[in-house]
Amino acid sequence: MTYAIQAEGLVKRFKDTEALAGVDLAARTGSVLGVLGPNGAGKTTAVRIFATLLPPDGGHARVAGHDVVREASAVRSLIGLTGQYAAVDENLTGTENLLLIGRLLGMSRRDARARARELLDRFRLSDAAGRAVKTFSGGMRRRLDLAASLVGRPSILFLDEPTTGLDPHSRGELWDMVRGLVADGTTALLTTQYLNEADVLADDIVVIDRGRVIAEGTPDQLKSEVGGQVLEVRPLGPADLPVVHALVSEAAGPDTRIEGEVITVPVKDPELMPTVVRRLDGAGVRVGELALRRSSLDEVFLALTGHRAEPRTDDDAESDDAEGAGAAEPERAVSAR
Amino acid sequence: MTGATMAAPLTGPGRVRPLAWASQTLTMAWRSLVAAKHNPLELVDYSVTPIMFVFLFTYVLGGQMAGSSEAYLMYALPGIIVQNTLFMTVYTAMALNTDLTKGVFDRLRSLPIARSAPLIGRITADLTKHVWAMLLMIGIGTLMGFRITGGPGGFLLGALLLVVFAAAASWTAVLIGMLAGDPEKVQAFSFTVIFPITFASSAFVVVDTMPGWLQAWSDVNPVTHLSDAYRGLLVGGPVAEPVMWSLVWAVGIAAVFAPLAMRAYRAKV
Repeated sequence: MTYAIQAEGLVKRFKDTEALAGVDLAARTGSVLGVLGPNGAGKTTAVRIFATLLPPDGGHARVAGHDVVREASAVRSLIGLTGQYAAVDENLTGTENLLLIGRLLGMSRRDARARARELLDRFRLSDAAGRAVKTFSGGMRRRLDLAASLVGRPSILFLDEPTTGLDPHSRGELWDMVRGLVADGTTALLTTQYLNEADVLADDIVVIDRGRVIAEGTPDQLKSEVGGQVLEVRPLGPADLPVVHALVSEAAGPDTRIEGEVITVPVKDPELMPTVVRRLDGAGVRVGELALRRSSLDEVFLALTGHRAEPRTDDDAESDDAEGAGAAEPERAVSAR
Repeated sequence: MTGATMAAPLTGPGRVRPLAWASQTLTMAWRSLVAAKHNPLELVDYSVTPIMFVFLFTYVLGGQMAGSSEAYLMYALPGIIVQNTLFMTVYTAMALNTDLTKGVFDRLRSLPIARSAPLIGRITADLTKHVWAMLLMIGIGTLMGFRITGGPGGFLLGALLLVVFAAAASWTAVLIGMLAGDPEKVQAFSFTVIFPITFASSAFVVVDTMPGWLQAWSDVNPVTHLSDAYRGLLVGGPVAEPVMWSLVWAVGIAAVFAPLAMRAYRAKV
């Protein structure tokens, strides 16, 4: 198995804080590695090290086999980087921003122009191509930022919280674009604090908290290893919630919780489901829905870290400023079933 | 897929060939210049403000200072241009700081390009803007009655001296731009320093009426030397000594600030 991105024992300290305390991770060539963690977990620091922007204080990081410190320029010619904040020039148009990158990469004027047109087209920015970026919406900026990172056709892509601050619609669009890139063979490292984002996009996930990897695996593995299964019972109406809750708790114990209009309980005993069905039936209570599902990544995260994945509070590297702030409503990540 | 000319692989570890370096630097300079097209504020910074300085100093102060606006313009225009040159270095600092704090430098650094290209490109572009503002102010001044009596030679040497000094002063701008937390702080700090330096000089007035302690300062002030030198080249007067001192200052400023600025730049970019 070959790894496009690899870190061993990565350490980085800032003054008194240890941003990375010995992180190991690896992304298989052609896959998406999701790096999941709350604010300040060290995700951005890790990306900056891989992108040659920051030297590690300990350990090694390799991109396509090249050491990020000793062979920085080889790494730079292979990677694309999309930051949390849109690192495009506000005072240039969409086209000019892409031309700038193309020309810096040594393309001829004609080739750079053709590549800019192609990318603007692909990211549905052709209509706005001649407008200064400062007139772009948050979603358009992110798309342009992603396009800018692709000008040199990188085989390895670093996406640092690419959808933070975006509304759900723009987020979905960006996801589609990332999927398209990976389908073309690109390897991607994606950091996110949205659990569903990792669930939807990543082949493998590492969960980082306070500079350490606290879990890793495929989304499915994480869900089953850490969370096991969850029984969900949805009463016919809210009025039935207390009685159903009482019946389920009798069978399943004190872990039974009411979440909105649903009663959930972790399943430890395979006999639980039939028992609950019999009790409900015996009490003559009818329910709208009764299902077994695997835990959501949100629940996994809770189990691993003891806290939920909070919405961002802006202490992770540079904050994203006014630009997308309006859309950055705290969004509780809802798991995909 | 079209455009198969991918970035030429670098020769050796991290070395960029001179031709590639020049092309990257010019590309960065192009970026700084073309941005002005979409940013009306830059038009204000590099065109409206300089013209306003010429108008205000000449017509508000001129009569009282020298008996007539025209007479004052002949004295003050070179000084106003020098003052504007110093003010404009602040924009270099602000632009660099914006690139730094907005993450543009992160993107550039992740590319296989020469590390100095963004910096030298910015300075090159801004020196072009200095020349533009200077030409604009001389043009407006000429319409208002200013006459270059030093001939084309004086005009060209004056322009060259101004650019050399601006290039040296840019290193202080680079240092401030790299160290400041945000562009507003750059502006606040820079103008606090630049105002006393430019006004306590011979740029706008003959220093004779200043109190002794201030004269002592203005006699060594680089703005005094540069204003006198530029004035001498444009309209006549002693040239050799002020030009020499201007160059000494320029070399001194560059010698102190260029290494500091480069160190700050390498630490950040």
